Amino acid sequence: MIITVASGKGGTGKTTVAVNMALSLENVQLLDCDVEEPNSHILLQPRIHETKPVYTKFPVISEELCDYCGKCSAFCAYNALFVAPKTVMVFPELCHSCGGCALVCPKNAITEKERQIGTIKKGEAKGVEIVYGELNVGEAMSVPLIREVKKQIKNNKTVIIDAPPGTACSLVASVHNSDYCILVAEPTPFGLHDLEITVQVLKDLGVPMGVVINRAGLGDRKVYEYCEKETVPLLLEIPFSKQIAELYSRGIPFAVEMPEWKKKFQKILDKIER
Amino acid sequence: MVKQITVLSGKGGTGKTSLVGSLAALTKKTVMTDCDVDAPDLHLLLKPEILQTEELKASRVAVMDEEKCIQCGKCEELCRFNAIEKLVIDPVLCEGCGVCVYVCPVEAVELRETISGYAFISRTKYGSMSHARLNPGEENSGKLVSLVRQNAKKIAETENCELIINDGPPGIGCPVIAAVGGVDIGLIVVEPTLSGIHDMKRALGLLSHFKTPSLVCVNKYDINEENTDRIVEFCRSNGVEVVGKIPFDPLVTEAMVAGKSIVEYSPKSRVSEAIAELWKRTLKNI
Repeated sequence: MIITVASGKGGTGKTTVAVNMALSLENVQLLDCDVEEPNSHILLQPRIHETKPVYTKFPVISEELCDYCGKCSAFCAYNALFVAPKTVMVFPELCHSCGGCALVCPKNAITEKERQIGTIKKGEAKGVEIVYGELNVGEAMSVPLIREVKKQIKNNKTVIIDAPPGTACSLVASVHNSDYCILVAEPTPFGLHDLEITVQVLKDLGVPMGVVINRAGLGDRKVYEYCEKETVPLLLEIPFSKQIAELYSRGIPFAVEMPEWKKKFQKILDKIER
Repeated sequence: MVKQITVLSGKGGTGKTSLVGSLAALTKKTVMTDCDVDAPDLHLLLKPEILQTEELKASRVAVMDEEKCIQCGKCEELCRFNAIEKLVIDPVLCEGCGVCVYVCPVEAVELRETISGYAFISRTKYGSMSHARLNPGEENSGKLVSLVRQNAKKIAETENCELIINDGPPGIGCPVIAAVGGVDIGLIVVEPTLSGIHDMKRALGLLSHFKTPSLVCVNKYDINEENTDRIVEFCRSNGVEVVGKIPFDPLVTEAMVAGKSIVEYSPKSRVSEAIAELWKRTLKNI
């Protein structure tokens, strides 16, 4: 079973829910797909046993073979190649590594090289297996790294994916092929607005979903009304509590200090499986 | 020359939009933008009246004509995104590169343009605003951010504005890079949590990678003063100015529920005073 934790709006408590849930269940693998700003490992403090670089391909032009016909740049959908009368410029950070330029080159002047865009780390903490990606600073494209992280999925485990904020392609790449999505929302106008967009994405993808309301007690009731209207089930409420906020600020998952919460997170899984 | 500042954070939900909403109320001759195009919220505070809407067509997706397909499998073999399985194209995985179209011997595949999103030029009671809305799940948030910023620049020039304030997206990837490129200052909003500090360091790394001067302000500094001290110390040893510390106050959420910035909702509150002070110090750097 693959469960993704997403939110649209940032900072609503995705990582808090993903990590506390992972700590409450048996036989769990936690994947942090927020490769721009991964935080799960800060709460879990895993022992890392494997670090591997992730590469992406980009074209290299042989100046000897190239006759500057311009077919490669005309083909490239991402403007990663620019052909001038006597030179070809390549912009590796725009390249999606589709391989099309090498296919269309009539002179076979294009080969591909690899460059590193980030790193995958694998480790273990408190019985939870964790895999997370770290995008290199300055690198624009997170999707190839997210896909690499997801290649580490183990089918014999309950897999929890901590998704990046937002509702764009990086969320889609994270949640794709999930059996269920837990949406973490704040009961505020910003929280509601971004929840609505995320629900739309998940409906388009056909992924079943439920909502966890975090910092319940702040804000207003509109998120509750929305969930009722859209028949999105409410899975859990986590109250706005100074103790929980304080534990989070020190990097401690609250279910460790407040073990009574483990049952509540286990119940989420029961609800999902039903 | 119009000056530009982008508010960013690395970690989401640290208070970028609440801060930018307040800055709008404190400034004159300023264009506001919302560069968080896939989860925009600034309009909930500034309540813009949309004057112009522009479509961004930047994505393409492959579409297969099953009647023409001779099932040779070349497209599936060469697609690097694993978007074709058993000769069915998954539009979610397709990145619109066109390799399948090129290799198909019977022209059974074509690329269709899709609308990535919409850019808006609007009027608010604090001045003009440039913002956008990415279609759910779309790519090209970076291109839409660039369009928002181009529009803001045009408005600033025609209206003789001196400053553009960009409300940035979370993260450090594509849309953030588009939101900080060429700005005069990146102002990072950080919360005093271990995750917040970790993400601030990566955001500072991004700004220095693009040689953009950075400033930091700590939001909800009193939820963990020990961590706030760590942030201040880290910034001092890295030559980054901390322009302010904003206290935690449930009034900020109350203001949001009322659809107002805190400076508008409760101008005499401690939060509003802290924001006015940090803005004064920020302006000295521009």
